[in-house]
Amino acid sequence: MKQDIILAGVGGQGILSIATVIGSAALQQGLYLKQAEVHGMSQRGGDVQSNLRLSSAPIHSDLIPRGGADLIVSLEPMEALRYLPYLSKDGWIITNTAPFVNIPNYPEMDKVMAELDRMPRVVALDVDAIAKDLGSPRGANMVLLGAMSAVLHILEPEKLREGIRRIFGRKGEAVVESNIKAFDAGLEFSQKNK
Amino acid sequence: MADRNLLLGDEALALGALHAGLSGVYAYPGTPSTEITEYIQQHPLTKERNVHSHWTTNEKTAMEGALGMSYAGKRALVCFKHVGLNVCADPFMGSAMTGAGGGLVIASCDDPSMHSSQNEQDSRFYGAFAMMPVFEPSNQQEAYDMARAAFDYSEKRGIPVLMRLTTRMSHSRAVVESRGDIREQNSLKYPANPRQWVTLPVNARVRNRQLIKDYATFEEDAAISAFNFLKKGTDNSLGGIIACGIAYNYLMENFPDGCPYPVLKVSQYPFPRKLALELASMVKTILVLEEGQPLVEDRLRGVFETGYTIKGRIDNTVPRDGELTPDAVRAALGLPKLPAYEASEVVAPRPPALCQGCGHRDFFTALNNVLKDYEGARVFGDIGCYTLGWMPPFHSLHTCVEMGASVTMAGGAAYSGTWPSVAVIGDSTFTHSGMTGLLDCINENSDVLVCISDNLTTGMTGGQDSAGTGKLEAICAGLGVDPAHIRTIVPLPKNYPDMEKVIREEIEYHGVSVIISRRECIQTLKRHSGKK
Repeated sequence: MKQDIILAGVGGQGILSIATVIGSAALQQGLYLKQAEVHGMSQRGGDVQSNLRLSSAPIHSDLIPRGGADLIVSLEPMEALRYLPYLSKDGWIITNTAPFVNIPNYPEMDKVMAELDRMPRVVALDVDAIAKDLGSPRGANMVLLGAMSAVLHILEPEKLREGIRRIFGRKGEAVVESNIKAFDAGLEFSQKNK
Repeated sequence: MADRNLLLGDEALALGALHAGLSGVYAYPGTPSTEITEYIQQHPLTKERNVHSHWTTNEKTAMEGALGMSYAGKRALVCFKHVGLNVCADPFMGSAMTGAGGGLVIASCDDPSMHSSQNEQDSRFYGAFAMMPVFEPSNQQEAYDMARAAFDYSEKRGIPVLMRLTTRMSHSRAVVESRGDIREQNSLKYPANPRQWVTLPVNARVRNRQLIKDYATFEEDAAISAFNFLKKGTDNSLGGIIACGIAYNYLMENFPDGCPYPVLKVSQYPFPRKLALELASMVKTILVLEEGQPLVEDRLRGVFETGYTIKGRIDNTVPRDGELTPDAVRAALGLPKLPAYEASEVVAPRPPALCQGCGHRDFFTALNNVLKDYEGARVFGDIGCYTLGWMPPFHSLHTCVEMGASVTMAGGAAYSGTWPSVAVIGDSTFTHSGMTGLLDCINENSDVLVCISDNLTTGMTGGQDSAGTGKLEAICAGLGVDPAHIRTIVPLPKNYPDMEKVIREEIEYHGVSVIISRRECIQTLKRHSGKK
């Protein structure tokens, strides 16, 4: 069993903490894992992505082949579309709907949403708004992680919650609970809307 | 005792070095190598054993510091990105002539596709150039295992070892098992052959002849190395494959049930011709998969007809430039494409940009305001976050070549009649290789304006310490810049009128001027405030 995931967003949004939680959960479960990312120039407000590969068998390539990604998980709606050529025909897109507009030629939002709407398997939610409503504006990534967990077959949601506890434990119980709440909100949305 | 950790390729190499009894890492930050040194800096063994882990001023001083440690019998690691090898080429080449005392490993991290670099040069050429062995791990586990092996090999053969990583290895995580005992550091011990360390012609000629013989031995070692192997195929009809370093992963990705064709995996150089000849006895066509430049492929092709069909980058079976991908390898193998969606037309490029609140932004704004009154102005840029000043909305730079070029190019252009001739350089870049250029300008009384945009850090690589912090004015005065023309400004919007006045005054001064535009990097500032 394998799951290849492209995590996407804009430099500085924090897509890598999502990868850290998944990585921790995967390790606990004894899965093979590879996670490739880019540093340096790309992080200065440019598009960033991480290729996260999970499998019950040894993994060779650090990069996901075109048409091989089971999931595109994105903190930014236009960034989700950037990786369409990598998405498997059965793959899911889990994306934030709140745009990050730091370029002069950002496309019109209705065009972005129309593109997402024509894809067969999409969960689109405003993770920033959901996190804010919960009183944890910095938990937006965890909302996205929760939404993703509804279709991440290789790891149970409870394993991801354990991952959150492990990764954020040293920041205190309040932070952990806040992140779990955000996670659960995302999961609930996804289960209702997928 | 096997410990399992999720590590970047960089971190795996670092841990391997520490477990090999490392006494010092000498390095200058550079993507994708930075994390090797950062991992060592934060590791408990480093503090416990007093392992040297201070960032150096540049890659040349790093190489020399490590060479000194090796001379004294201890194990040292040097780390940088691929172009850093150009900066330390002199001591690097020299170290092949001196040989290694304590194990000496040089880790050069290449950046095919130039994710964060100005070229995609292939470090393996330097190994062949210096007659030094090269270790190129295929995965993160090998990065750990080969780092350990490299130190042992270096001491066994008395030669430094060049380890080569590429971005997708350096910046990709996988589970790594740390095997074997954690070795103790070496004791102080001087070379058995002291003449070899004084490379006067009388000694160097002797060493050169020995090194030429040794290089043949290194190739014999590569032919029996555990990291190279020739796997016979079940199907020889399409030909054989040579896969170097990380290329091996992309090959195996396309054959989940095993590759039917004969494969020669190469992770240790000199390139083992014996194994290649054995492969050639089975097939008529050879596909070469290697990351970077077609070093192996070119050698195999040679000049004369060989009777073999060689495929690779040179004949565009694999794209000539850019990093390898599992898709490029899939196409090279003649396998059908996986069904996939077309790219979306709605997507716009999102290039990197200077952070909101960055001091470089304010500096470029003020500089642009002044230079619009000077038609002949040329601004020579340098390597760092401020290189993004070339991008919209600033469009401030005319050139950017390599570390330190801004100052010296401004001098050369000024001599040719360019006026005003302005250099823009960062604080780390300045101490890295701007100081020597400034001295040239001073000695020639060049009509240049050198602007040091000082954010008190090495920014682009993540905010490492900058060698000259707090010393820049003194360095410039010490080199001989007239103190009346060393000006300091604070880049903030409220200061634009003052900044512009200073810039204008120094343009109108027909000699060497230095303006230091100083404000802490917004990212390091956030980090420091977070800690309070």
